[in-house]
Amino acid sequence: MGIRDLVFLGVLVGGAGLLAASLRAPSIPKPLPVPIPVPVDPQKINEAFVRMRGGRAVEHAPPAAELAVFRRLSLALTGAGPSLEEIRRFESDPEGHRIDLTLDERLNDRRVADYMAERLSRVFVGTEDGPFIRFRRRRFVSWLGDAIHQNMPYDKIVQDMIADRGLWTDHPATNFITVTFDPVVEKPDPERLAARVARAFLGARIDCAQCHDHPFEPWKQTDFRGLAAFFGSVHADFRGVRETEPDYQPVDRKSKIATLVEPRFPFQPEIAPTKGTPRERLASWVVDRRNLDFARATTNRIWALMVGRPLVEPVDDLASVQELPEPLTLLADDFAANGYDLRRLIRLIVATDIYRSDSTQSSEGEISEEASPSWRSFPLSRLRPEQVAGSIYQSTSVTTLGPDSFWLARLTAYNGRNDFVKRYGDTGEDEFDGRGGTIPQRLLMMNGELVRDRIKDELFHAPNQIASLSPNDRLAVEVAYLSVLTRRPTPDEAEHFEGRLKGTDDRVRKDRLTDLYWTLLNASEFSWNH
Amino acid sequence: MNYSLTHIDRRRFVGLVGLGWMTSASSLLAAQTEQGGKLAQSIILLWLAGGPSQLETFDPHPDTEIAGGTKAIATSVKGIKLARGFEQLAEQMGQISLIRSVVSPEGDHERGSYLMKTGYRPDTTVEHPSIGAICCHELAVGKTEIPRHISILTSQWPSRGGFLGAEFDAFQVGDPTGELPDMIATAPPHRDQTRLSDLEVVERAFALRRRKLVNSTLHRETLNRARIMMDSAQLKAFDLSQEPKSVLAEYGATPFGRGCLAARRLIEVGVRCVEVTLGGWDSHVKNHDVHRNLVSQLDPAFAALVKDLARRGLLAQTVVACGGEFGRSPKINIAGGRDHWNNGYSLALAGGGLRGGQVVGATDPEGRKDPDRPTKIEDVHATILKAVGLDPTHENIAPVTGRPIKLSAGRPLDEMLKT
Repeated sequence: MGIRDLVFLGVLVGGAGLLAASLRAPSIPKPLPVPIPVPVDPQKINEAFVRMRGGRAVEHAPPAAELAVFRRLSLALTGAGPSLEEIRRFESDPEGHRIDLTLDERLNDRRVADYMAERLSRVFVGTEDGPFIRFRRRRFVSWLGDAIHQNMPYDKIVQDMIADRGLWTDHPATNFITVTFDPVVEKPDPERLAARVARAFLGARIDCAQCHDHPFEPWKQTDFRGLAAFFGSVHADFRGVRETEPDYQPVDRKSKIATLVEPRFPFQPEIAPTKGTPRERLASWVVDRRNLDFARATTNRIWALMVGRPLVEPVDDLASVQELPEPLTLLADDFAANGYDLRRLIRLIVATDIYRSDSTQSSEGEISEEASPSWRSFPLSRLRPEQVAGSIYQSTSVTTLGPDSFWLARLTAYNGRNDFVKRYGDTGEDEFDGRGGTIPQRLLMMNGELVRDRIKDELFHAPNQIASLSPNDRLAVEVAYLSVLTRRPTPDEAEHFEGRLKGTDDRVRKDRLTDLYWTLLNASEFSWNH
Repeated sequence: MNYSLTHIDRRRFVGLVGLGWMTSASSLLAAQTEQGGKLAQSIILLWLAGGPSQLETFDPHPDTEIAGGTKAIATSVKGIKLARGFEQLAEQMGQISLIRSVVSPEGDHERGSYLMKTGYRPDTTVEHPSIGAICCHELAVGKTEIPRHISILTSQWPSRGGFLGAEFDAFQVGDPTGELPDMIATAPPHRDQTRLSDLEVVERAFALRRRKLVNSTLHRETLNRARIMMDSAQLKAFDLSQEPKSVLAEYGATPFGRGCLAARRLIEVGVRCVEVTLGGWDSHVKNHDVHRNLVSQLDPAFAALVKDLARRGLLAQTVVACGGEFGRSPKINIAGGRDHWNNGYSLALAGGGLRGGQVVGATDPEGRKDPDRPTKIEDVHATILKAVGLDPTHENIAPVTGRPIKLSAGRPLDEMLKT
């Protein structure tokens, strides 16, 4: 018997013990630790939502079950639904405090920093691979993950991206600059950088102003070019990202003459410092507390990451909205007033009534034909491909997958997941658009390799373990539901599926559990955040 | 459930998710197209990814310095020559027209591909739909049970639905010798049926007090459409073993040849747009060798496709377009390659009621001057759209930003259209 076999057996025995423990309902609740105060009384934000909906008279959804909120949190923060192990731990906390306790725990979890870094990187450096050699995506994402894990203030993170100098390998923040590297002129592209800064940090799509003035937009072409000029002297060569002579010289459309453009702040120039490189001055101006756009754009983005839909759509275009929703401005004010603390912002969002309300409709009345949520209930949103893949992996494994889990499980998770994500179809940068799913996605879920392999009769996979280890049919069905949908079956569902298992053993029982897993994985409920 | 949705039904479904930006005008036009039977109904795009050299394909300049030794051959149309290697296509020249003066502002593969496929330059504020997606969106559904937009041997940047929605993305398949992925249920039939019927139990629980919201996700409709596709006899369109060996041989025993044959079979069952990719044209090194190899695959497949469509009376209903994201430089570089060139390159168009045996524009035999009658990509798009009975100036509203966007910003090339 080789070492591999021993390891295998060890894992098998360990897994079985854990599963046996997980299958039993929790017994005595843990003592309540010192409650961690919610940073700000979220009541004001709740009242703002009530006003936004049109007052108290408008019915809204009742509070959601704690497990339903747990699923949302887990999907938003780790990119997968919670594992059975996590659900058991969650339920061992005292009722009414579970969400806050699990949130505190999660916010210190490395998986959360990594996943948030992945999501935010799409905003900062896009989804494409970028220029070979000069752009190191992995370095950038892991730098961002470190920064989030250390709870570095968000303004500091953004300042580093805009203004950092050095090699993209040693100073990973500079990849924000080098991803726009244009091989033809051999320097980063000031206009792409201006567009990126405006969208990602100021909540304005000013790209249209690149070519001409738009009659209804506040941004003019001179604003765009003035912003681009802050990046006009940046170079990226073997000495790294650094400033040289300014040479941003766009061609005037009318005169066809290339003219050197000076850096110019589009508004509020008085809040900018006068010292430092152009990029340093821009960075300070962007993150200044008096520049309200920065906190608002960020808050809208973080809200969208947590909830699945932004408060203002599109997520990066607040500039075109006449009047911003009051809850957004309140949340943003709190974010800015407290040192751009991302964790505090997330806590505040999670503390709102809307985050904790059910996704059901208050009545079977007309639902809005608009694509935007009504904010009377928690909105339904389509899961991203990696969230679907992550949830398939997590739901078919009894233990929690992540940095601490067995390396082999992680490796398969990483490789298999990427292929699945590609096939499922990435939505690109513009991800909060409320679209439905596609036929290839359904084919992939029903007949694809990943689902087939994860639910088949194999030792590590949950269907098999549940079939072998659950003491009775009721618990077997319940565990499958908890693992896949993070809820218990309704009485109808329980009766139906317990009937399927009744009197079966061994082979047939395993098949029936595999079938149950297939069914749950293919339900609407699994592929949508709700 | 019979899922052959009518156009109006589809509009209603789409409207439910808040994307109700289709207008009745386009549906009416589409309905006329369907009944009239005069206009083209499908597009086959032979996508030459990487940027083929016009000089080694549709626009040879033999015995000039820029030819670099490439010879030309006569075709069945007097006065039109093709590069050597297109002997079979030369016989079909009466059905095919060439545009030799395409000019594009994009010299990058990704941006150029986007422009060629959508008719618009990349724009960070909106993702434009490719021409195949536009046709699927605007033209009637008919009785097609399989996706109406298909990409065979997909390249790096397949045709997308853009702002029309992911449901208009091209359905991607590989070499048609293999099985289609994910088309066969993973459980034996009796268990598969149980799984499906059990799904209703779970769906019922979720829909409780959120029925309309759940309906608006279109999850079940999409799943049903996937099931219909799995069971559809139309999937046989992918099964080339049903074709006589002689036909297979005509198209060439290559993945691209098989792709072209599958494309013909697919449009026969009502697919609106098939994109078949032949990649590898990015000949910065040893241009002539690269082209010799690829032309030997393109020539039989393209020629057989045109001949086969004509033989079956399908050519008038099908626009065949062939080209890549740009052309290649007249100057040959030190590695014997040609670099990117977007100022005067070629496209071939056939069928769909378009005139054959025409040439639009000409390039300078010395490779210095701008081409005569420079032709924009958007004008080619407008021409193809008109051939399938669509009004290029018709606008769809991009969701979120609310911008009206024309099917094509170009103007049809009148000399290509039979009036």
